[in-house]
Order: sequence, then C-alpha cells, then structure tokens
Amino acid sequence: MSATVAWRYGRPALVLLLAGLAVGVPLWLVAVTSAKPQAESIKPNLDLPRHWQPGGNYADAVGQGEMLRGFLNSLLVVVPSVVLVLLLGAGAAWVFARRKSKLVSTAYALCISGLLLPPAVITIVMELRQLGLAGSRPGMIAVYTGMYLSTSIFFMTGFIRAIPMELEEAARIDGATPWRIFRRIVLPLLRPVIATATIMVMLYAWSDVFYAFFVLGGGERATLPLNLYQVASAQLYLNNWHLVFAYVVVMSLPMVAVFVVGQRKIVSGITSGAVK
Amino acid sequence: MADTVVHTREQTSAQGAPKGVGRLPRAAVHHPWWFALPALVVFAGFFLLPNLLNFYYPFTNWSSYHADIAFTGLDNFRTVADDGSLLRAIRTTLLYALLAALFQNGFGLVLALLLESDSRFNRFFRAVFFLPVLISALATGYVFQALLDQDGALNSVLGTDIPWLGSTTWTLVVVTLIHGWKWMGLSMLIYLAGLKGIPGDMLEAARMDGAGPWRTFWSVRWPMLAPAVTFNVTTALIGSMNTFDIVQATTGGGPAAATEVFNIYMFRVFGQGLYAQASAMSLVLFLVVVAVAIPLVVGLRRREQLL
Repeated sequence: MSATVAWRYGRPALVLLLAGLAVGVPLWLVAVTSAKPQAESIKPNLDLPRHWQPGGNYADAVGQGEMLRGFLNSLLVVVPSVVLVLLLGAGAAWVFARRKSKLVSTAYALCISGLLLPPAVITIVMELRQLGLAGSRPGMIAVYTGMYLSTSIFFMTGFIRAIPMELEEAARIDGATPWRIFRRIVLPLLRPVIATATIMVMLYAWSDVFYAFFVLGGGERATLPLNLYQVASAQLYLNNWHLVFAYVVVMSLPMVAVFVVGQRKIVSGITSGAVK
Repeated sequence: MADTVVHTREQTSAQGAPKGVGRLPRAAVHHPWWFALPALVVFAGFFLLPNLLNFYYPFTNWSSYHADIAFTGLDNFRTVADDGSLLRAIRTTLLYALLAALFQNGFGLVLALLLESDSRFNRFFRAVFFLPVLISALATGYVFQALLDQDGALNSVLGTDIPWLGSTTWTLVVVTLIHGWKWMGLSMLIYLAGLKGIPGDMLEAARMDGAGPWRTFWSVRWPMLAPAVTFNVTTALIGSMNTFDIVQATTGGGPAAATEVFNIYMFRVFGQGLYAQASAMSLVLFLVVVAVAIPLVVGLRRREQLL
C-alpha cells in the first residue's frame, strides 16, 4: 500500500524534476544565451542576461546567417520532397498491399530496405554529377525522395492492408477506374498515415545537414542547417554563441509549430504504424 | 469539358472491365503496376543504384586530384586499414550504436512508464519530453557543446573544471547520452503505444493473483511490449550507426579521433577530396549495417514469438 502512495505523490514530483533538469535546463540555456550580448555569452552559463538584446541578436542571425535565403532554400527542397515521398509512396503502397505474387513481395522488400540500409552518400554525389544534377535542388529532392520513400511505403502498406477491400469494390462496380479509386477512396483514407509520414520526413529533411553537405554544399542553395553549420563553424574565431542560439531557436520553431498543429494525428499515426 | 472527358472514359472502362477480368488476374486490372512505377524508378535510381555503384568506386582512385578514374584494386582499403581508421571506425560506430540504443530505449521506457495514464498532466509532459526530437540534431549538438564545454554552463554551475568533451575514453559515452536524450521522446511514444495495447483485463488478472507492480511489469507488461521493443531497438541501433550531426557538433570526431564514427570519417576525407577513400568507408558501413541488421531483426522476431 505504501508503495502505491509513494507512486501517487512521487511520480509527478519525479516527472517535474526530470523535465526541469533534462529538458528545461538546455532550453533555458538556449533562450537566455540567444538574448545576451556577445561579451556575456563567450562563456555560456545559465545566468539571466545583464544586458538584454534579443532583437539585435535575431536581426544579426537573420542578416549574417543568410537566414531568409536558407529558409527559402529549405522550403524549396523539403516541400517537394515530402509531396513526392507521399504521392509516389502511396501509389506503390497501394499496389504492394493489394497484389500478391513473388514479384510484388520482392519489390516491397527492396523498397523498404532503405529503412535499414544506409544511403551510399559518396556515390550519390558521383551519380548526380553524371546526371548534371550535382549541387542542384532537383538533385537534392531526388536524393531525399529516394531515401525517405522506404519510410512512407512501410507505414502506408501496413495501413492499406487494414482497409477493407469492399470499399474499393463498391466503387468498382459503379464503374470507377483504378486512378479514380486511388484518388477518391485510397488517398482520403490514408489521411492519418499521411500525417505521420509527413512529420517523419519533414523532421529528417528539415534538419538534415549531412546529405545536404554532399549534394548542395555551401553557397547559394545552402539550406538552414547548412547555414547553421557555417555560423557555428565560425565559432573557432569569434565565439558567437548568442548568434548560434538565435539561429537554433528560429530553425526549430517551424518544426515545433508543425508538431503542435498535428500533434494528435502524429501520435496516433506513429503508434498505429510501429506497433501492431 | 473536362467532365465530359472523364465521363466517357469511365463508361469505356465500365464496358471494358468484365473482359479484362476474364483474361487477367483481378489485381492486375484493379491495381496496375504503373501506380508503383514512379516510386520504383526513383528508389532504384537514387537509392539502389548508388549503393550498387558503391561496390565499384572504392576500388578506384577517384579523387579531386585525378582527371579520370582508374581501377586500383584494394589500395583504398589498405590505406584506411594501415592508418588504423578502419578498425577504429568500426569499433567506435558499433560502440556508439550500442550505447545510444541503450540510452534512448532506457530513457524512453522509463518516461513511458512514468507518463502512462492519460491525464492532462501526463499529456503535457509527453509533449515536453518530445521537444528534443523536434530540435535538429545539429542544434542539439551545439546546445550540449555550450553546456558541457570546459568553459561551459555545467562547469560554471558546479564550480568544476571538467573537460566533459575532452576525454578519449569517456567522451564517446557522453555523446551517446546526448543521442539518447535527443531521441528518447520517439522511443517513449512507441513504448506508450505498446503499453496501451496491453488488454486491461490481463493487468486486472495479474493484480487479482496478487502480483505487485514489479511482478506485473516483468511477467505481463514486458513480454507484451515485445513488438515495441523490436521496433525501438532496431531503429535505434541501426539509425545510430548512421549518426553524424550530434558528433560533428559536439566533438567533430575528437579528441584524438575517439569519436570518429563512419560518417564523420567520410565527411572529413571527402572534404580533403579523397572521394574513393571516403566511398571505401561507406562500403564498409554498408556491410557492417547488413551484418548487424540481419541477425538483429531475425533474433528479435524470434524473441517476439517466444514471449
């Protein structure tokens, strides 16, 4: 009995303590440092700024960090990648879920092998050069789409298998073509899993710096994470924690916003997709 | 106008359908392959093909110093083996993956058990612990660099002078702890889903039989969590073999290459223009992942059947 009592009162206290230490402290550090002048942020600490200048720091991060260009560049590769991953993935998942043959299961196994296998990033660069896509947005979009298709196909195939075939058959009797059935029945039914796939792919692609480094490099088409990497690499010479953290805040906000808006669907989608 | 077109096409297909059903298997008519074709083309072109090419370029002298590419046999592998980076990268990456998966799953499971019931309090804190998942790994790395630097926030709070990121032995553990911190929210969600999937009457029955919380956990909940464990451990272990951002942002592979995992090596050597050598490491990473993934998935699946 006393164990139950301890759990009833101890648990919330433990949760508060853990949240405060594990999540609160790092976030606090980011928030206060991003509002400090450079002189105060050379040695990062948890003190409140003696002199507040958040506006100046954020303006500098936007200006020196090429933030607006980075933001636009990120949007221009992430949005098309997500759309392609979802559309192509849904088409493939529909076929994989509904047809049964050796060929289909082989194709499915190959397509989800990307869940485990690492992308061969160095030879991707070589291939893109030969295709004339190196350093270009279409090249980056193709690489992200190829990499994350596995995730969406895996989640969507499982999901479609659970949809009763009768729904499609009813439409077929009314004379609907496969394309019409796909567009009017399958895609709308996929909504919850589309929400999950969207957030997963966005999460990866929005914060990716590794593949973007190989495919896009720095320069004009650099995405937000590449810019952040540039800003922070300059750290060696100028110690600009205040700018780095202003950048971190701005870069993270879109993802937090997407999560807040889609939270319900994301959680239910992840749970129904991963554990059955 | 557009409507008329669609309408006519529907009618023809309605008339054509019974004929098709007679000759072809149903699925071929109703779920044609060309729906899967675009995905297959992109996936084959930008995932499978590079991985196939990765079995050729490591055996060449491809670099920014040669105009054309010539076959050189095992030279690249000899170079990375002789300077010690090959074995070191394998060891570091495997150790990283093991520890990162351990921390991520441990933290995730504890959080899931703490926040299991659906109260408003719990829902709020689930979102709080999910926040690190939403912050990019690169940003996470910088946050912890500021926290753990010798001149950083933690030492200033503790009044110590410990080089948290400067030990050739312990820094790898510190970095994997950060990795676990970043991804614990995702593991938590999946464990929560697993816990939700346990039938209530099963727990009720265990309680009626006089099982305490510990007994219930080990005899009922843990076995029922098997699918969640499979998913979480596999994705965490395999995913963290592909790590880059957190390591790059906190240590850059140092000190003295103590945290130089495969992707850090590739990044560094590619930057030096030694493309074929980087691609040799990429091939080794591929082989190591395959060697770990296959027994892991098979083993965990079998474990699920047993439990």
